Amino acid sequence: MELFKYTAAQLHQKLVSKEISATELTQNVLARMDAVENDVKSYITETRDSALAQAKAVDTKISQGQDISVLAGVPGALKDNMCTKGVTTTCASQILANFVPPYDATVVEKLRAEDAVVVGKANMDEFAMGGSTENSSFFPTHNPWDLSTVPGGSSGGSAAAVAAGEAIWALGSDTGGSIRQPASYCGLVGMKPTYGRVSRYGLVAYASSLDQIGPITRDVTDCAHVLNSICGYDAKDSTSINAGVPDYTKSLVNNIKGLKIGLPREYFASGMDPEVERAINKAIEQLVALGAEYKEISMPHTEYALSAYYMLAPAEASSNLARYDGVSFGQRVEGSDIVDMYKKTRSEFLGAEVKRRIMLGTYALSAGYHDAYYLKALKVRTLVKQDFDKAFENLDVIITPTAPTTAFKIGEKTNDPLAMYLQDVCTIPVNLAGVPAVSIPCGFAGGMPIGLQIIAKPLGEETLIRTAYTFEQNNDYHKGFAPLGGVK
Amino acid sequence: MDYEIVIGLEIHTELKTHSKIFCGCSTKFGSEQNTNVCPVCLGLPGVLPVINEKVVEFAVRVGLALNCEILPFSKFDRKNYYYPDLPKNFQTSQYDLPIAVNGHLDIVVDGQTKRIGITRVHMEEDAGKLVHSGNTINDSDSALVDYNRTGVPLLEIVSEPDMSSPEEARAYLEKVKAILEYLDVSDCKMEEGSLRCDANISLRPRGVKKLGTKAEIKNLNSFRSVQRGLEYEAARQEEVLDEGGRIIQETRTWDENKGISLSMRSKEQLDDYRFLPEPDLVPVIVDPAKVEEIRTNLPELPDARKQRLMDSYGLSEYDASVITTSKAMADYLDQGVECKADAKAVANWLMGEVSKHLNNDGISILACPVAPKQLAQLIALIEKGTISSKIAKTVFEEMWTSRKDAEVIVKEKGLVQISDSSEIIGIVDAVIAANPQSVADFNAGKEKAIGFLVGQIMKQTKGRANPDMVNSLLRERMTSN
Repeated sequence: MELFKYTAAQLHQKLVSKEISATELTQNVLARMDAVENDVKSYITETRDSALAQAKAVDTKISQGQDISVLAGVPGALKDNMCTKGVTTTCASQILANFVPPYDATVVEKLRAEDAVVVGKANMDEFAMGGSTENSSFFPTHNPWDLSTVPGGSSGGSAAAVAAGEAIWALGSDTGGSIRQPASYCGLVGMKPTYGRVSRYGLVAYASSLDQIGPITRDVTDCAHVLNSICGYDAKDSTSINAGVPDYTKSLVNNIKGLKIGLPREYFASGMDPEVERAINKAIEQLVALGAEYKEISMPHTEYALSAYYMLAPAEASSNLARYDGVSFGQRVEGSDIVDMYKKTRSEFLGAEVKRRIMLGTYALSAGYHDAYYLKALKVRTLVKQDFDKAFENLDVIITPTAPTTAFKIGEKTNDPLAMYLQDVCTIPVNLAGVPAVSIPCGFAGGMPIGLQIIAKPLGEETLIRTAYTFEQNNDYHKGFAPLGGVK
Repeated sequence: MDYEIVIGLEIHTELKTHSKIFCGCSTKFGSEQNTNVCPVCLGLPGVLPVINEKVVEFAVRVGLALNCEILPFSKFDRKNYYYPDLPKNFQTSQYDLPIAVNGHLDIVVDGQTKRIGITRVHMEEDAGKLVHSGNTINDSDSALVDYNRTGVPLLEIVSEPDMSSPEEARAYLEKVKAILEYLDVSDCKMEEGSLRCDANISLRPRGVKKLGTKAEIKNLNSFRSVQRGLEYEAARQEEVLDEGGRIIQETRTWDENKGISLSMRSKEQLDDYRFLPEPDLVPVIVDPAKVEEIRTNLPELPDARKQRLMDSYGLSEYDASVITTSKAMADYLDQGVECKADAKAVANWLMGEVSKHLNNDGISILACPVAPKQLAQLIALIEKGTISSKIAKTVFEEMWTSRKDAEVIVKEKGLVQISDSSEIIGIVDAVIAANPQSVADFNAGKEKAIGFLVGQIMKQTKGRANPDMVNSLLRERMTSN
């Protein structure tokens, strides 16, 4: 039985009805990993033994008649930038190749409390910098829809694992689109919640004011379940929002009558694949047919968002990544003195894209350039946020493509950072504004999935779930399973 | 040429909160190395800081006591620089919006009161401590890091360049220390590093407005160092300028043993700190009502206490100011007075014998073996005439070592003053009879001769005879003879 093809909600039913055991389920996913991992390369670290132990514990609970949560006994993957006590957490970087955290991230604690099974730590772009997972210092991950293409990034390992059946659900992190874009490329549902909705404690920082953890799942229902597990205030994260968490499954409602949708014309700029544009327009028509109202809007500062992002995120990164110096953890290259040790360690163990962003950020913060670059970018960020505030005065959701194209070929953009950065043009403004957004499958182009991005106002996750669920229930894009085709 | 010295101080003080500024680790000094640590203060990947609200409260307290304006909106920033005692390679500090600004305090030097401006007070985290394999950094081939101090809360208090002599700088530092002690926010132990001071100093020809090029002096680890270090630097700069030289903007380190300062690095080589608003912390919003509550609950501060000591106890301004420089000393005085001792008498003892003994033993007044109540009892014995003030010093010595009460010592050692005239007369007469020459000298108008006779009587009574009585009886008997 191909249990690995089901959703978490479906598997939960099978577990509570005792049709299957959590151990069987976990073994099924592990067997799937045996079969496809060599082609897909989703994982940096596999945690098979602890996964089976977790599954066994869930089986005990079931046999004792205890209630179990939806994720209990259901195997999932964690992006390898979330700290796991006793399990190597590398951020796909050589500099952390030997780093074993002495503590669990808050999301990991929450998932453990729910008895979720974790089968591995997923590959990613080094320190979450990239949009293809080609920046992993270990190996690239392949898109299960076509192994010659990228799965997107930076949460490419998480998305590929779910798409390939190597995990039922996964957590990713999203700083400029790193959950939504890989979800789009891999035909999955990926949500970046409102900034502060999910604790960042234990998430290795890339750009602290933009980073947010979120789910990557096969459908909207699972998205709601994972959100239920990971959202909420955390006293360990000063930026987490101190507000109650609704039951997101209550928003799994197939009804969007009266929903006001905005379509910002700035998101349909040049460089967009006509097939992607066609799919988005078709989706809008469908939503209107389902009772939504739609209008074109303008978000005039959109065109500056990408540039502002590439000042702000690297600026924060240059500071966040300063701690990788070889002194008290991580890898070290000895030097003739401390400065020499710093230089050699960082030269040797940080990748090219990471160095590029550290240099960008260091430059943007330097005396004499700080105001012209960093401060100006902060101002742009405020303007971008105001675009959203204004739009949401009269709208419930904003709809755009998630990415301008479908998944591209491995190696296609590695020598052109700007072309790579442009893949995030539709997702980045959302991070700058701190609002929530979800990417859902809305069609195919040449056999490759296309993603539709739905954006809501802060703490509007329920609106996102309802809109996404309604669209999903009236389509079957999410039902196909990645064929693992193409030549690696 | 006649120069004016311009000095500004940057004072760092460790706050005595129980836990660190951004995590729950203990701030205890002297713990085993790397035991007061956690993922947060070790700066491990993924951790986030959470502000200790006690630190904000202490900072507001200090800001108010230094007559500052408390900013209702302040924030933390990252000061980026690489150093192995700084695990994140940035220090979380406050840059453009500190918690308190625009304050001042008054100092008195040579009887003159002077107002020193305080630019700002800001919160930040302390760094760890490097333990070098050799004696100095230069003869070490490796170093270990102790992170216990990492994340201990610090306040930095920055003055305006308003001080014009090393004495003023010292007086200002003493005043700030006194205020911090009165507020009970810091241990202020310069030797343990819980109070640190860097000084900026420059010279300009008297009458000229424009500031000269400054040097920053570090490693001023005692009040004495502050004064000596600045005296040295003022003299050095004067010499350079007089020889037509140019002062280089640089950081210098004071060597207390050698009595010289050495150049550490010039400003041109200094790091660009690339300040960045701390994205992991939310702005510090201080409720004005809370500020008022803290203001209302501020304890009596040194100036107010000094005034009270003058007004209620009749102490001189000098005495009041010496005693109130140390909160513990002033507390001791108040406790002595509560035990019915005369305030002036307690003050004299404090500034005299008590301070002398404290200095000899190298201990603070808090560790004084003679309790205020015991000192009050000793003073009462003098006032009652039970012992003379001379004997009292002997008794005090004994109290210091044995910790016994004065009365017990007086009784045990038979030190009660002889004030019975009949008893004294016998001795007086015997001494007069035994020293006819001295008596003759005295009667011939040599007033000094009486001193010898008094000495003889004291010798015979082991100092216990009431000196006033001895004196008057001697005169009486000699003239009547």
